[in-house]
Amino acid sequence: MLSPAEQAALDAELPHYPARRALCIEALKIVQHHRGWISDEALRDVALALGMTPHEVDSVATFYNLLYRRPVGRHVLHLCDSVSCWVMGCDGICDHFRNRLGISFGETTPDGRFTLLPIPCLGDCDHAPSLMAGNRIHGNLTPEKLDRLLDELD
Amino acid sequence: MPVQETRLIFKHIDAAGYTNDLDCYLRHGGYEILRKAVQQKPEELCEEVMKSGVRGRGGAGFPCGMKWKFLDRKSGKPIYLICNADESEPGTFKDRQIIHKDPHQLIEGILISCYAIQAKTAFIYIRGEFPEGARILERAIEEARSKNLCGDNILGSGYSVEIFVHRGAGAYICGEETGLIESLEGKRPYPRIKPPFFPAVLGLYQCPTAVNNVETLCHVKHVIDMGGEEYAKIGTPGNSGTRILCVSGHVQKPGYYEFACGDLTLGQLIHDVCGGLRPGRSLKAVIPGGSSAKILRAGERYTGKLKDGSSFDWGLEDIPMDFDSLMAVGSMAGSGGVIVMDDSTDMVEALANINAFYAHESCGQCTPCREGSLWMKKITTRMSHGQARQEDVDLLGNVADQIAGRTICAFGEACSWPTQSFVLKFRDEFLNKARAQAGAASTNGNGAVPLI
Ligand SMILES: Cc1cc2nc3c(=O)[nH]c(=O)nc-3n(C[C@H](O)[C@H](O)[C@H](O)COP(=O)(O)O)c2cc1C
Ligand code: SF4
Repeated sequence: MLSPAEQAALDAELPHYPARRALCIEALKIVQHHRGWISDEALRDVALALGMTPHEVDSVATFYNLLYRRPVGRHVLHLCDSVSCWVMGCDGICDHFRNRLGISFGETTPDGRFTLLPIPCLGDCDHAPSLMAGNRIHGNLTPEKLDRLLDELD
Repeated sequence: MPVQETRLIFKHIDAAGYTNDLDCYLRHGGYEILRKAVQQKPEELCEEVMKSGVRGRGGAGFPCGMKWKFLDRKSGKPIYLICNADESEPGTFKDRQIIHKDPHQLIEGILISCYAIQAKTAFIYIRGEFPEGARILERAIEEARSKNLCGDNILGSGYSVEIFVHRGAGAYICGEETGLIESLEGKRPYPRIKPPFFPAVLGLYQCPTAVNNVETLCHVKHVIDMGGEEYAKIGTPGNSGTRILCVSGHVQKPGYYEFACGDLTLGQLIHDVCGGLRPGRSLKAVIPGGSSAKILRAGERYTGKLKDGSSFDWGLEDIPMDFDSLMAVGSMAGSGGVIVMDDSTDMVEALANINAFYAHESCGQCTPCREGSLWMKKITTRMSHGQARQEDVDLLGNVADQIAGRTICAFGEACSWPTQSFVLKFRDEFLNKARAQAGAASTNGNGAVPLI
């Protein structure tokens, strides 16, 4: 079952649509926000709330880059790896992650603090290379800038 | 000749003291055009948009007036407007600027467009990577509602309209209009086959739907302000209005710039506007319209005839930055994302990067696209890992040639164009690399490489 807080967040969006299932992404984001990631149980809870089958919900949950079907760290860092960021050296930033935290794309630090994921294009190409942490975008990345950012995130 | 920007959409963006709240927008004459518009007949507005010739800024460049004309008005079903704010074509970052810095311009454009096509509900589908943008838009809509610019009986006109923000969660294919519609309905975003599912007839909830890009909807506001004929005087015939160009890659001053269509050449854009290349570097290639657009190589010559019958003979840097000229040289204006590469760029690696993107983002419905994008990626990844075979270069072209035209949506074309153009134009670089790697494999005792 959805928690009261999750249900309330969902209900706020409901009047905008003629069908409940239109809220599928939003509902998955809500449970992800509250529970950290989307477990099989969370998937079933969303399915029940929207009148969909778990299979239908999973077909949505597995499609998107920002929905996590596996546990992630406290901070998920999405590093853009598409062509403009590649041209401007995102590979070097990747290397720095490996050197400093020992993680590559798809991996989480053993202390559960950071997960590094690739993301195709953040729309910040004039400040490439760029990454997204939470709601914030950090552009013109250098190893030094990345170090400062990592230090700031607890 | 120094080139001047013509700022229509970006008129206020980045101006000192300009903020994204309603008060600031109203101080700059905001919503006056909506006020004017709701006193006219909707058909008259559609007619102005038609006369303006304004073409879609989302990628395909389809005339907006024509798109609206195709809307099925006889069915009696409600008409929807969808603002496509999925901006996910690598190299494109104009819509985000509009949303963050001048959201009310977009809201006004949406409201005018809704009135023109008599839509009662509009959805802004914004990509999941723009959470801040979604928040800004929601606040702007609330502000507009508080001043009766949106909601019931707007400005006492008797016309009511609601705008909702719908957040995606990160998938390139949600930019494709029918994939977007599926996603908006809460389904896996598999694009729909056309015919029969043209959005103008069977769109959102099987109702007639206009899907327009963020920038396009902002242009509509200016078309109604100036009148279609006056607007059409900006730019060149068939390429009316201004165009936002997003420049990234190896230039001194990457960024967004707005010009009258065709007002400047690619060379002027790179050298005069963007401050040229980095010191000591020379130009190697340009992708002129987002990562899907076919690449242009420095030193190429383009000759042929334009639509109006005039002939052209251009080098790379002479190409005017408009829809028709870029199409005439075999590429496209696309989404306006100009990606510049200097001579330090390894073209095999660059294609490997682009192919990885398309292989990841294919929705997987159509075999030629799913398998083709995957095999192109496998081959270029193999090349970038030093394990190429000589025949891989032709194999790449062969795979790419079997995708386009055999798929449900235009992603098929989008994913094959980079490979087709890179391999054609940088054939020597690909062949040399393949030859060197194949040679090394036969002498280092490792033997043939596994074909995965
Ligand atoms: C694979 C693919 C991705 C697309 N991505 C976008 C996008 O991110 N933003 C956008 O506005 N249009 C995108 N389009 C174009 C849309 O399908 C549609 O043509 C456009 O939103 C129409 O708006 P316009 O006529 O105002 O340009 C994409 C098309 C394809 C085939
Ligand atoms: S062309 Fe590719 S992205 Fe488009 S529907 Fe087919 S498989 Fe999906």
